[in-house]
Amino acid sequence: MIKITDLHKSFGDNQVLKGISEQINKGEVVSVIGPSGSGKSTFLRCINLLEQPTSGDIFIEGQSITAKDACIDKLRQKVGMVFQNFNLFPHKTVKQNITLAPVNLGLMTVSEANSEADVLLEQVGLKDKADAYPSSLSGGQKQRVAIARALAMKPELMLFDEPTSALDPEMVGDVLDVMKSLAQKGMTMVIVTHEMGFARDVSDRVIFMDGGVIVENSEPNALFSAPKESRTQEFLSKVLR
Amino acid sequence: MIDAINTSLFTPIGDDGLIGIYLILNGLKVTLIVTFFAMIMGSILGVTTTLMKMSSKWYLNWPANIYVSVIRGTPVVIQLVILYFIILASFDVNKITAAIIAFGLNSGAYISEIIRAGIQAVDKGQTEAARSLGLSQWATMKEVILPQAIKNILPSLGNEFIVLLKETAVIGFIGGVDLMRAGEIIRSRTFEDSIPLFTCALIYLFLTYIFTFMLSRFEKRLKQSD
Repeated sequence: MIKITDLHKSFGDNQVLKGISEQINKGEVVSVIGPSGSGKSTFLRCINLLEQPTSGDIFIEGQSITAKDACIDKLRQKVGMVFQNFNLFPHKTVKQNITLAPVNLGLMTVSEANSEADVLLEQVGLKDKADAYPSSLSGGQKQRVAIARALAMKPELMLFDEPTSALDPEMVGDVLDVMKSLAQKGMTMVIVTHEMGFARDVSDRVIFMDGGVIVENSEPNALFSAPKESRTQEFLSKVLR
Repeated sequence: MIDAINTSLFTPIGDDGLIGIYLILNGLKVTLIVTFFAMIMGSILGVTTTLMKMSSKWYLNWPANIYVSVIRGTPVVIQLVILYFIILASFDVNKITAAIIAFGLNSGAYISEIIRAGIQAVDKGQTEAARSLGLSQWATMKEVILPQAIKNILPSLGNEFIVLLKETAVIGFIGGVDLMRAGEIIRSRTFEDSIPLFTCALIYLFLTYIFTFMLSRFEKRLKQSD
């Protein structure tokens, strides 16, 4: 579904991604782990062009998104993104947050979008918050709304950029549960995360990144129980105590 | 005291039989007219300039940048005098119109900076979230950024209008008789200093107070929608 070849990204002199090649299949759940500054968020943000790659190609379902004539807005409609800081629209209600994009882009009528929003809010357990403003929600609730908002576009791929890093520990579980059920429904997901237990339980594959390259890439049990690379061992020994 | 008030405001001063209070009220009218129309012109210019500055085309953002730099880098008095005595010298333009154009031009530059700052103060994550949903740049601006930016913009915009009202006090430099100049005329004809000056100051204070009051009411209403 996604094919990435030799992806490079620099910010000025700072080379963040140093040649990443990767393929993610339909229905696969891939977690990306690694220390801060390893380039994992940048990697994720390149997939929907929130960062413009310096060089390299990204293909989504065979279509190059890095080509000059690629229609980025159309591409982004197929790729949902969930941010660390939620980025809900504070001036719109929960329901308006969810219906804004599908209605604005002419994919649904207002009433279709509203009933779709009800279904999604039910799914993330926030049906009673439909008319609340984001400022009245807890972090965990905000993140679940953000997931519902991304799902309203009926994406084929969901990107999660450290979705639980800004949450109180007791809120983390609710968000992970929503993501878990999404994974079980067959959604293709790429998740940048520090939740090792979650990565191990839910992922089909785990990628360990460090210094702008993929150091190790294998199925979760192998990577967590018997990491091959010494850098992976070192990292895991620090985070898994 | 009573005598001074009478001399300054209510008895004919000079050979032409002018009465002080009449001069003051006429001056007030000029001040209000210039402020009001300069506000409108400044707002239109401010929005236009912001759009030009945000454009990626050099022939749009260059002139806008030069305009803002020149206006912000020189005193409004010089701008007014240059406009009236040099740029508009060969046109038949009256002093009030010239003042409106000068203060409108001046205000437009400041307003464009206020709008730009208001837009930039909206968290970058908002743009990213909207674009990641597939919204176009324009839809992101209209649906997500501007509704939030307006809350940053309005208080500073109100402040700019208060500054504008006070800055019109230099219209006398081109011979226009505004509130300030009216006070000066009375002062020079009656040799009374306190009454004309304090009368003018009180009127300015009263006007800006009303304006501030209306603004704070308006801001409260905006806050309620949060």
